[in-house]
Amino acid sequence: MNAAGFPLLSLLTFLPLVGAAFILTLRGEDKVVAENARWAALWTSLIVFALSLILWFRFDKADAGFQFVERLDWLTDFGITYHMGVDGISVLFILLSTLLTPICILASWDAIQTRVREYMVAFLVLETMMVGMFCALDFIVFYVFFEGVLIPMFLIIGVWGHSRRVYASFKFFLYTLLGSVLMLLAILLLWFRAGTTDIPMLFEHAIPPALQTWIFLAFFASFAVKVPMWPFHTWLPDAHVEAPTAGSVILAGVLLKMGAYGFLRFSLPMLPQASVDFAPFIYALSIIAIVYTSLVALAQENMKKLIAYSSVAHMGIVTLGIFTFTVQGLSGALFTMLSHGLVASALFLCVGVLYDRVHSLDIARYGGVAKILPAYAIVFMFFTMASVALPGLAGFPGELLVIVAAWKVNPWIAFGAALGMILGAAYMLFLYKRVAFGKIAKQDLLALLDLSARERLVFAPLVLLTLWMGVAPQSFLSFFEASVTALVVRHEAALGAARLAGM
Amino acid sequence: MLIGAVFFPLLGASIAGFLGRWIGDKASQMTSVICMALAAACGLTAFYQVALGHAPQTLDILTFVDVGGFEVSWALRYDTLSAVMVGMVTLISTMIHLYSVGYMSHDPTTPRFFAYLSLFTFMMLMLVTADNLVQLFFGWEGVGLASYLLIGYWYEKESACAAAMKAFIVNRVGDLFFMLGLALTFWTFGSVEFNTIFGAIDQHRDAMIGGMPAYEVICVLLFLGACGKSAQLGLHVWLPDAMEGPTPVSALIHAATMVTAGVFLVARMSPIFEYAPTALAIVTVVGASTALFAATIGCVQNDIKRVIAYSTCSQLGYMFFAAGVGAYQGAIFHLFTHAFFKALLFLSAGSVIHAMSDEQDMRKMGGIWKKIPITYAVMWVGSLALAGVPFFAGYYSKDFLLEAAFASHTGVGMYAWVCGVAAAFLTAFYSWRVIIMTFHGAPRADHHTMEHVHESPWVMLAPLLVLAAGAIGAGALFAPDFIGHHWEQFWNGAIVNGPHNHIMHDAHEVPEWVALLPTGVALSGIALAYIMYMFAPSIPGKLAATFHAIYLFLLNKWYFDELYDAIFVRPTRALARMLWQKVDAGMIDGVPNGVAALAVDAAQGAVRLQTGRVASYAFVMIAGLAVFVTLLVFGAAR
Repeated sequence: MNAAGFPLLSLLTFLPLVGAAFILTLRGEDKVVAENARWAALWTSLIVFALSLILWFRFDKADAGFQFVERLDWLTDFGITYHMGVDGISVLFILLSTLLTPICILASWDAIQTRVREYMVAFLVLETMMVGMFCALDFIVFYVFFEGVLIPMFLIIGVWGHSRRVYASFKFFLYTLLGSVLMLLAILLLWFRAGTTDIPMLFEHAIPPALQTWIFLAFFASFAVKVPMWPFHTWLPDAHVEAPTAGSVILAGVLLKMGAYGFLRFSLPMLPQASVDFAPFIYALSIIAIVYTSLVALAQENMKKLIAYSSVAHMGIVTLGIFTFTVQGLSGALFTMLSHGLVASALFLCVGVLYDRVHSLDIARYGGVAKILPAYAIVFMFFTMASVALPGLAGFPGELLVIVAAWKVNPWIAFGAALGMILGAAYMLFLYKRVAFGKIAKQDLLALLDLSARERLVFAPLVLLTLWMGVAPQSFLSFFEASVTALVVRHEAALGAARLAGM
Repeated sequence: MLIGAVFFPLLGASIAGFLGRWIGDKASQMTSVICMALAAACGLTAFYQVALGHAPQTLDILTFVDVGGFEVSWALRYDTLSAVMVGMVTLISTMIHLYSVGYMSHDPTTPRFFAYLSLFTFMMLMLVTADNLVQLFFGWEGVGLASYLLIGYWYEKESACAAAMKAFIVNRVGDLFFMLGLALTFWTFGSVEFNTIFGAIDQHRDAMIGGMPAYEVICVLLFLGACGKSAQLGLHVWLPDAMEGPTPVSALIHAATMVTAGVFLVARMSPIFEYAPTALAIVTVVGASTALFAATIGCVQNDIKRVIAYSTCSQLGYMFFAAGVGAYQGAIFHLFTHAFFKALLFLSAGSVIHAMSDEQDMRKMGGIWKKIPITYAVMWVGSLALAGVPFFAGYYSKDFLLEAAFASHTGVGMYAWVCGVAAAFLTAFYSWRVIIMTFHGAPRADHHTMEHVHESPWVMLAPLLVLAAGAIGAGALFAPDFIGHHWEQFWNGAIVNGPHNHIMHDAHEVPEWVALLPTGVALSGIALAYIMYMFAPSIPGKLAATFHAIYLFLLNKWYFDELYDAIFVRPTRALARMLWQKVDAGMIDGVPNGVAALAVDAAQGAVRLQTGRVASYAFVMIAGLAVFVTLLVFGAAR
């Protein structure tokens, strides 16, 4: 049935749910339950990660189509099937999700002390939703997972968050739901027209340009909020600041990628004409996102807010790359999504290390920690540099490709995107300087302990991957090459056909 | 061996950096010095084989990126240009490592320092051996990172952190243009690999971008990148502040690594620059202006390292205007000799600072030449070479640059020549101002410091002597190869002069007085310094009082820092604050919050509708029914 010989994707998707169900059956003393829940969640997520490695090794990079495909009849009367599969665009995001989940569970080991069982259940459910979303090849299945992600995330922020958690979680939920409702309407419209919600079949279904515009706007409402693009980004800093560390990690690492993934999976292939028509609009929003949010980041006094704004800027690079419609731009956007998934996650973990010790996110609360936490200072510097796209680390190849592609569209757009290089360096180094450098002004900081063995374990895979992606990006780029090339070719063919029909 | 020259420093950096805590200070110092020495051995062999033996090679290592025709590999390219740089960088860096063993002996975190030094060297080596623009950019940014770490080495000092950030961010401004230049190069040539680009020069000469010749735009963008790294006028502001780092770092930044990268880039891209006359004119003017501008500032600074820093800035200007008139070989030759005497000057300044208990202000020195005779002697050697006094290294290279500028017979060339000669006078003047203020006259330091003045240990003096030998002999020894009769065999096509460019020949054909003039002005500069500081020390004070405005203007470095602060830094910060608090929190976030508030109000309004009175409910129902029926009837009627 597929390259793995068994329904791998379904297993990856639903195994975390099994683990969650098991954790729910745990009974006994609170302490024991908490301990067992942690271990059960960790093992579940590790097994899922190990299984997902099959994708890395068995994925056929030369094949641009969908692989590991599974198809079950579900609602045949409505033309809806349970259809799963991955191509070069989605495969690495599954690995990113399965990698970040155990890291998050490990990072919450000591930080979360209340309702541990429920917390772990929420994380495993979240993993199911994330993996399922990237695997789904039916629009309805996709929509279920896409929206399903909101529920555990809403709970994670709302229950285990900080002081303004309720405001932040409601804002997060309502904001993102509002956009998605419009997408649901668009999906219904597509279903009425094509009689199916199967994604590969919808690719073949040509939509008249006038209708494309409306569907594009509906999709845009959903994806632009999720990305988030300027000016729909204000839910993100609040959500990040209030979320627990691991919540921020998943939010930055995976959830932020869902919007861009949506553009790549749906808007570009299904709505080629509208995508081209709206491209200048997207460029403008992207450049504003890069320059504006970088400037806003410069003024921040809260560590998490600063990194949250920097995420918006990086996502500007991503949306810009996607809408250049070139192989370089799309590959660069995908690469930036992956690298940002690692680097922003690691930066939030870095913030979490300090928060766990001092319980403050205020930058002014710190200063001079390089002296007391040397190992931490190295890790933090490493990811700071990765975030400012230092060549040799993960952030660089994606940014390079997007800027190169943007030049083709218009040199001034490339210039705008490249401005992020300067501003990015400014706000990250400014952050690092205020936190790590200088004399130790607060005496209580002197008592802090350097990274524990568990924390080192959390950072180790991220450091290695960041280095690997920076030194040999081709080993990741080769995954999406065939699919991206096919996407670009199909896009140009669709435009060409439309032009012919117009004449 | 070719690999060893580049990767031994990385090995040393990794061992010192990651294992330093376990193997101890001594062992990590030893390892990094040994790794550097091995690299130097490999580097010099490479220089011998590749440059003198005319055997260029390229080693492919790994595919970096291959996306839709955008192909980049990690590779080591060894031609004469790279080999010259590799040999020079590894040798100078080894001397600086050795010197640091003595200089940093009292520092609590030496493994970190040595790791950074070796990393710095590695990045520079990656830069000069790059086979494509992307790898060059890797080294380019890498030296930026290493300089950031080293300038901010004493991170508890506020000024050091600020200087480190400034260096990185100002460099990034240049890097932005480099990146854009890279993008345009790709879309012009379809590749960023040097071999492909240089092979296709003739095919794309008519390429246009936005109404301008693409070659001109590429070259201007790359040159703007080079301005950041090589501290040319406008983007030079980071260099003097880089003095915040330990002295060996300054020597490394100014002599071997980092600032020479820009000159190297222009020489490397010479095949394109040759067909971009406007870009070359810009290079010439900026270089010449920097040469003169930095020299004027150097004359009034009181910090010994700052004077030498401005002299670097000025010498880089020389290299750029030479490249601008087409004499790339001369620019690289000056880069090569400059590396020796500038490292020498910085390290001997370090030796002075070491002797004076970390005092850097020349106004608090004086009268110490008898106590530190070797440092004094090598300082003389370095200054003689810098001033271009005959038969020292700088004489050969600097004279050639000035002759080339004169021989170009263009307006910008003459401008460069005039600036260059004036700067040569000032260079000699401020060099001897340093020597006299530092070593001669009555001691101006306090009694306690003077008692402690001592010659540095041999581990610091030995590198000084090696570099002094280079500052004396490197010019005479290599002039025939670099710029003399054998230049064509020596460069072996690593630097390209277009068929219209005869500057390498013409530079030797200038009138006698042009060849002699630089020596003349250098000697008169020295003489003036003697008069003003040795024989009539009251003159400088009177001059400063008489021309107070000019003096302040120079002392404050033409107010560049203040200007940038006023037009870039502060407005950016104000804008950032405004965007965050007014636009982001106020306007953009105001919409959803306002909608939420509206929903709450609407709900409260709706609550009031539920009065509980049956009569009003019935009335609303009947009214609704009436409307509904009316619509239905009218609809059916139509």
